[in-house]
Amino acid sequence: MPIPDTVPILGASWNDVLFAVLAAVLLGSALLVVTLRDIIRCGLALIVAFGSLAGIYVLLGAPLVAAAQVLVYIGAIAVLILFAVMLTQAKNAPVRLVFQAQALPAAIAAIVLAVMIALTASATDWGAVTKQIATGTDALARLLFTSYILPFEIVSVLLLMAVVGGIFLARREGRDA
Amino acid sequence: MSQSLDAYLVVSGILFAIGTFGFLARRNAISMLMSIELMLNAVNLSIVAFGAFIPALNGTASVIALMVMAVAAAEATVGLAIVMAIYRNRRTPLVDEYDSMRQ
Repeated sequence: MPIPDTVPILGASWNDVLFAVLAAVLLGSALLVVTLRDIIRCGLALIVAFGSLAGIYVLLGAPLVAAAQVLVYIGAIAVLILFAVMLTQAKNAPVRLVFQAQALPAAIAAIVLAVMIALTASATDWGAVTKQIATGTDALARLLFTSYILPFEIVSVLLLMAVVGGIFLARREGRDA
Repeated sequence: MSQSLDAYLVVSGILFAIGTFGFLARRNAISMLMSIELMLNAVNLSIVAFGAFIPALNGTASVIALMVMAVAAAEATVGLAIVMAIYRNRRTPLVDEYDSMRQ
């Protein structure tokens, strides 16, 4: 059975519906990340946010970035954060207050920031085309290993330094590494 | 809607604002790191959106997005290691209880 060109009941295109759903999931789970009381649940909501963002990258025609998003963010960073949660949260210490005293001014500032960014982004003429262009993985690899080879190598050295620094910071004192 | 740059930029701006709120308002150091990750993701989303809608930036934007991801991974590693080092000394993950340098 062929898939119809537009969504049957809504009459919108599939990409629009997918974008709306993914954006709603992304923003909703991001809100859960910053408001939930239990920090493990915050971490799980963070994984949902990363996943829906990977879907948005696919909609934008950047499948390699989407794959890297899943591998790096969900596979590495979210798991790392969950491990750190398990290592640092005291079991018997209930967190009485999730937010600092400055939460209300922070909320107002964040809303003002969101409105300002939205207004500026829609008022500016970016010279954008109306039909989006997909990024081919082949062209991307060519670019990464020719024009951007120096930043690529610098990033690899940076990652090595981060690994060494992380091990040095996280090891216990008073014992031989 | 999915064919306009503005929609992606607005989503990215809202995501960045949510991250800002979390960073300013949460007491837990790891929650603050999660909020930083949200902000980095918002920036990455706008970079990829620019690359998809502005022809001159097409390939470059994806390269920059991949670089940002690598730097974010490095940042998360060092940040969480610092949080664990402080936790080992102070026995609390709450940033407002790190007050030994306060007058």
